[in-house]
Amino acid sequence: MLLAKIYVTLKKGVLDPQGVTVKKAIESLGYKGIEDVRVGKYMEIKFDGLNKDAIEQMCERLLANPVIEDYRFEIGEVT
Amino acid sequence: MKWGVVVFPGSNCDHDCYWVLKHVFAQEVDYIWHKESRVEGYDCIILPGGFSYGDYLRTGAIARFSKVMLGIEKFANRGGLVLGICNGFQILLEAGFLPGAMLRNKNLNFICKYVTIRVENDQTPFTNITSQDRVLNIPIAHMEGNYYADKTMVEELNRNNQVIFRYSSIDGRCTNEVNPNGSVDNIAGICNREGNILGMMPHPERCTEKRLGSEDGKVIFESILRWLGNGVR
Repeated sequence: MLLAKIYVTLKKGVLDPQGVTVKKAIESLGYKGIEDVRVGKYMEIKFDGLNKDAIEQMCERLLANPVIEDYRFEIGEVT
Repeated sequence: MKWGVVVFPGSNCDHDCYWVLKHVFAQEVDYIWHKESRVEGYDCIILPGGFSYGDYLRTGAIARFSKVMLGIEKFANRGGLVLGICNGFQILLEAGFLPGAMLRNKNLNFICKYVTIRVENDQTPFTNITSQDRVLNIPIAHMEGNYYADKTMVEELNRNNQVIFRYSSIDGRCTNEVNPNGSVDNIAGICNREGNILGMMPHPERCTEKRLGSEDGKVIFESILRWLGNGVR
């Protein structure tokens, strides 16, 4: 059994209102020096019998919207 | 004239659209279940508002793979009129029928209120009985209505007169202050290059009867009726 860890994030240049709000919240806790916060999605897919290309296709077709989002993933054994 | 209103799991403005067509405009109208892959015999198909598939992953991201979308693609390619309202607009974007994408509203809130929008193009099947610069009083109700397209795409939309509505003040000024959700260029509705597919965030089906506060939504349906009646298809 394999595990794909998939990270979907908003593209650079796309305003992330959630990130902006979270940044303000962090700062309100007294932390200084926060440059930027971006909020994204994390997904885990457990699978068998598929290759890397299939995961790539899933990201392209469904899991990320290429107009606003980037994605990356890593594949490893289920531990 | 025959209309179809698509029903996805989680659609909730389907009944409003049906009501308006049937009872306000006395039209023949069918619900079309999302598993239907053949959509034939219709003049205009509406993708209604709601929360198809619970808005999981992204709004419209799952609904776009419904069987019915294959039929709608064929219908639209033949020049059939498709109107996506709110979640329907989001589905059209995810399906790539219209360019761009929706982001979470800038203030992160679900916004449910009346806004004013300015008609930018009165030459479309959906706006032909109104006039450019006319301001419509119409409700919005969404969490992801912050329309995004990159600079090049926005320029192209503007150049081709594909922006149909913009959020504006009552006197038609499109400023940041009257942009409810952060949409780029105050965009509230766009059409495809061919002009037969319109996506809009505001809900015309919620304002076609005086007792509901505004009748401004009527112009969309009346425009479509006139367009179809003229046989300009």
